[in-house]
Amino acid sequence: MNGLPNFLPALPEIFLVLTVLGLIVYGAIKGEAESRFIGYIAVLALVVAQVLEMSLSPAHSVTFNGLFQSDRYSIYMKSLVLLGSALSLILSFDFQDHEKSERFEYPIFVLFATIGMMMMISANDLISLYVGLELQSLPLYVLAAMRRDTVKSSEAGLKYFVLGALSSGLLLYGASLLYGFTGTTEFSGLAAAFSESSGHPPLGVIFGLVFLLSGLAFKISAVPFHMWTPDVYEGAPTPVTAFFAAAPKIAAMALLVRVLVGPMGPLTAQWTQIIVFLSLASMILGSFAALNQTNIKRLMAYSSIAHVGFALVGLAAGNVDGVRGVLIYMTIYLFMTIGTFAIILNMRQHNRMVENIDDLAGLSKTHPMMAAAMAIFMFSMAGIPPLAGFFGKLYVFLAAVNAGLYTLAIIGVLTSVVGAFYYIRIIKLMYFDKPHEPIDRKVGRDNAIILTATALFILLFFIYPRPIISAATVASTSLFGGG
Amino acid sequence: MYFGFGGICSHGSQWLLLIPARARQGFIRLTSFLAEYLPILVFFFIAFGLAGFILLASWIIAPQHPDTEKLSPYECGFEPFEDSRGRFDVRFYLVALLFIIFDLEVAFLFPWAVALGDIGLFGFWSMVFFLGVLTIGFIYEWRKGALEWE
Repeated sequence: MNGLPNFLPALPEIFLVLTVLGLIVYGAIKGEAESRFIGYIAVLALVVAQVLEMSLSPAHSVTFNGLFQSDRYSIYMKSLVLLGSALSLILSFDFQDHEKSERFEYPIFVLFATIGMMMMISANDLISLYVGLELQSLPLYVLAAMRRDTVKSSEAGLKYFVLGALSSGLLLYGASLLYGFTGTTEFSGLAAAFSESSGHPPLGVIFGLVFLLSGLAFKISAVPFHMWTPDVYEGAPTPVTAFFAAAPKIAAMALLVRVLVGPMGPLTAQWTQIIVFLSLASMILGSFAALNQTNIKRLMAYSSIAHVGFALVGLAAGNVDGVRGVLIYMTIYLFMTIGTFAIILNMRQHNRMVENIDDLAGLSKTHPMMAAAMAIFMFSMAGIPPLAGFFGKLYVFLAAVNAGLYTLAIIGVLTSVVGAFYYIRIIKLMYFDKPHEPIDRKVGRDNAIILTATALFILLFFIYPRPIISAATVASTSLFGGG
Repeated sequence: MYFGFGGICSHGSQWLLLIPARARQGFIRLTSFLAEYLPILVFFFIAFGLAGFILLASWIIAPQHPDTEKLSPYECGFEPFEDSRGRFDVRFYLVALLFIIFDLEVAFLFPWAVALGDIGLFGFWSMVFFLGVLTIGFIYEWRKGALEWE
């Protein structure tokens, strides 16, 4: 106990923590005038953390007395989260130029939340899981209420905070039950205790599992724990919504997969039915509730609920292929979401942000490139081949069919047809309707670059999918103890 | 420290023989369980007795010259009975929050100081880092003007 632990597995996190502490002092001394500089440093820090993660993180290591682990799965998911945070941070610069709402705390909160997400992904113990989850959630509550002069933003922050606190309570209650029935909080110890009682775990363990899953389902906004999502997505400032839709969702999904496959692995028969239910409910509600939305941010909220449902189809299969499907799905989801929000952030009329879907009418006449990119994202979200979104769905549905979950796969395909209706309605609006009020011509340079890059990724994914698919295969195999 | 009350039901308990055998077994199991809580019951009575004695003594011995100010309950600076929707300055909340952070710091320092011999170098530096993080928070709140009332 006396020596110092091995810091190498947590090197990217430690680097980010030191950077963010330095930035707080710098920002406090220099004031708001240096906000943009702090934003650039934050992006740079995320990139450096990404490089550290991919080059130095050990492929199999546990440290800090068994609280923290690093494996190929955590490297893959953390890279995704870091990419999502960095891209959504870059997207926010242009918005803040227009709205004159620059505050140096914004990039700092994004960095803190990112550190929390990385801790969640690397958790090897119920305690570090909870600490990571809270470190992620608290900055997100503040970010949602960042524009405290608007009622909607404050309401979003308050709602998110109250419901988030409730879900943390559920999660903690579940964790305490699991600890009570097994006597350990460490993931490997939990797995060992559950495999002893394989087949017939005590009722308390099942209760603990259900409560733990409810808490995590809130974080990924799976139905029936989705109620906060549309309100928070609509109320929060748009760059914050882009961040919410990208990074935290991926991190929470990574944590859910890690918990279910790792410590809960021996209870697969018990949790499969819960995941099947969450998946079905999310797909159905996400698709049908989005049908008559008029606000594009609310639409994206329901769309993200449906996407979580589709990703959970892969998890319900409960094997390596299924988890690989989840990883590929979340990767493609990240690019689609960031790209779509890059367009939403450009929806301005007379220099004011607009959020109605109808405001996109006739976009192909005024902004042909932007309309083409939006069409790519919408077709991809609807799952039309040969775009990337199709492959995301293909891998999860294949895994479900191979695992014998025919009903789930069939309902999944049917709801994705329902979803296609509202995605394609946007394309119809852009290409076949007359514009009442054109969107402003000016497009921010950063946004344009991100938009082009993500659209090309989605469009050309099918030509050379090998790097991502093989990385996802390696990551999911390492989660199941192989490789 | 064990008071040994658990012994009472096994030794001086001939009267239990008057009860039918099966009920007796259950009763013995129950009383031996409850007997472990006997010290708490004893302390409960001592606490009530002592508090009652002190109240009574001060009522009898101390000189009593009541007036309105003495009889009204004291609550730091506020009228004790008024409309609960009355407003007061939001800055009280800020001060309370800032206080709690540094109060918690001290609450962490005590167990750390006691366990310092066992937790070694890593435990020592963890707390030093924690204090450093708090100091950065302090610099931030100072520069932001959270410590100034006006």
